[in-house]
Amino acid sequence: MTPSSPVAAPVADAAADAAELPAAVGLGGTDNASLRVFLEGLPAVDPVGVEARAAQLATRSIKKDTKRALIDLAISMVDLTTLEGADTPGKVRNLCRKAVQPDREVPGTPSTAAVCVYPDMVAVAAEAVAGTGVKVASVATAFPAGRSSLEVKLADTRLAVEAGADEVDMVIDRGAFLAGDYATVFGQVEAVKAACGDARLKVILETGELATYDHVRRASWLALLAGGDFIKTSTGKIAPAATLPVTHVMLQAVRDLFDLTGVQRAVKPAGGIRTTKDAIAYLVAVHEVAGPQWLDPHWFRFGASGVVNDLLLQRRTQTQGHYSGPRYVSVD
Amino acid sequence: MARLTVAKTYKLYLGGAFPRSESGRTYQVHDTKGSLMANAALASRKDARNAVVAARSGLATWAGATPYNRGQVLYRVAEMLEARRADVVELVVQSRGVKVAEARAEVDAAVDRVVHYAGWTDKLSAVFGGANAVSGPYFSYSAPEPTGVVAVAASSASPLLPLVSAVLPVLAGGNTAVVVASQADPTVAVTFAEVLATSDVPAGVVNLLTGDQAEIMPWLASHGDVNGLDLTGVPADQRVALERAAADTVKRVHSPRREPDFTAAPGTARLRAFLETKTVWHPVGGISLASGSAY
Repeated sequence: MTPSSPVAAPVADAAADAAELPAAVGLGGTDNASLRVFLEGLPAVDPVGVEARAAQLATRSIKKDTKRALIDLAISMVDLTTLEGADTPGKVRNLCRKAVQPDREVPGTPSTAAVCVYPDMVAVAAEAVAGTGVKVASVATAFPAGRSSLEVKLADTRLAVEAGADEVDMVIDRGAFLAGDYATVFGQVEAVKAACGDARLKVILETGELATYDHVRRASWLALLAGGDFIKTSTGKIAPAATLPVTHVMLQAVRDLFDLTGVQRAVKPAGGIRTTKDAIAYLVAVHEVAGPQWLDPHWFRFGASGVVNDLLLQRRTQTQGHYSGPRYVSVD
Repeated sequence: MARLTVAKTYKLYLGGAFPRSESGRTYQVHDTKGSLMANAALASRKDARNAVVAARSGLATWAGATPYNRGQVLYRVAEMLEARRADVVELVVQSRGVKVAEARAEVDAAVDRVVHYAGWTDKLSAVFGGANAVSGPYFSYSAPEPTGVVAVAASSASPLLPLVSAVLPVLAGGNTAVVVASQADPTVAVTFAEVLATSDVPAGVVNLLTGDQAEIMPWLASHGDVNGLDLTGVPADQRVALERAAADTVKRVHSPRREPDFTAAPGTARLRAFLETKTVWHPVGGISLASGSAY
């Protein structure tokens, strides 16, 4: 599936500069009119088709060694998250310990990819995971609603980055997007990306508020072209959070961008992923829709906290030969 | 006008719902004349795993209910079983080829057994707990508490009474149950599950699997999140392995040496098997702010 809008020849150099991306996919400019021509010219999503394909792929049976490998891969892809008003430094440190060593009783359990916290907890988390390879991600830009001025959003981003965040999770202005004000959204993503410096930027589309798959596709392209390193489904504060069909649509966007320009970007479903079965269904979707080169913590993440315990329990079942229970793994 | 019979598919009972086996497997159940009675779900180890998750999630509600409320709910089970009496009698006759009078006697005994255990719920703490006489200036109280999730292998001595006699004492104590029904009588067992589902028994409190006990019980015996094991339905030669697996995770095991006489008065062994005793020491009078006065 490729966009039907005017498309330039694929950029030969895979490391095409992000600034050249809009031109490479045929986006005329970053004003609202050009963005509207491009985004609303994207082919419509077939909702019945995408839901049927997602449901069908989710029934694929994964057994034995493959299952064991996918459980480890899924653990290594988790952004272990705590985004509560009641977060304390102690809780964040506990979470970091769990991220570094998810299952202390079973050596060889991989670390999770990152911990995800609010900006004011970044310093605590960065200290706790220093030297372990676990990254610190921080939500920013007036998370979760995103209802504030650009100045506040940029200050929020700088707060996180200066405290040591390796990754920043921003929310888009859904109100502006739904009102058709694509240029505002594009400009905000660009500005936050600039404020991130070396940190990777995850752009949260909050698909539960976007209403249609067509909107999800447009928001995905908008975020990718404005410089987002990741497109992420949800904040986790709105239901529905991540769903398989929505993730399919986002994976298609990332795959199409890669096919057109050779530039690879990452995807992160967040919220609503609770069981090993769910996680494996997502990994099957990644393999089938985006491709095997996305099966890597650099290119795919799970925003979740509950799923880790289920993955650990399944991992124990695979290695110990009998079922385990939630009392055998830590809560945080 | 002639009409087609509506054949019933007997499914599992997990977390208050009646799903098919996760494996998609079924087996045929035949009556004593050899003709097909029904298809029943052949549960797999993953169904057992799901059943334990459901039982664990049902435990807080059931163990947290007042004993009086548990008694009311169990009495409601008796009422609903009484209402389904004719269905169950017919299934017992079909399944075992016994005379109608004999089947009626079994169902009546089962209803009475439910009433018996419904009456026990609010008497447990008085009979198995209380104030202990200690040789010191303090109080000591003991109170029975539920063991947790109990896996039950129901005996196949007859279709209904052994099942009811095994499940009800587990419930009366506030435990939740994962029951593997007798392979020969899934129709009666699932009908009993339907009775439970319409009796205000909270979802997950009883979870019923039909199929091969020899296939499923080892997974329940070794399961880290199962607290008790009732091996009444397991043949003697298979029990040692299960008890050994249960010891690895320190489970309570109820394993009667002889086949119990289910028609006899039930006694309290099954109730006691899945109760833990919590003892509280309450120092009083030993430390006094003003010497000599009562604290």
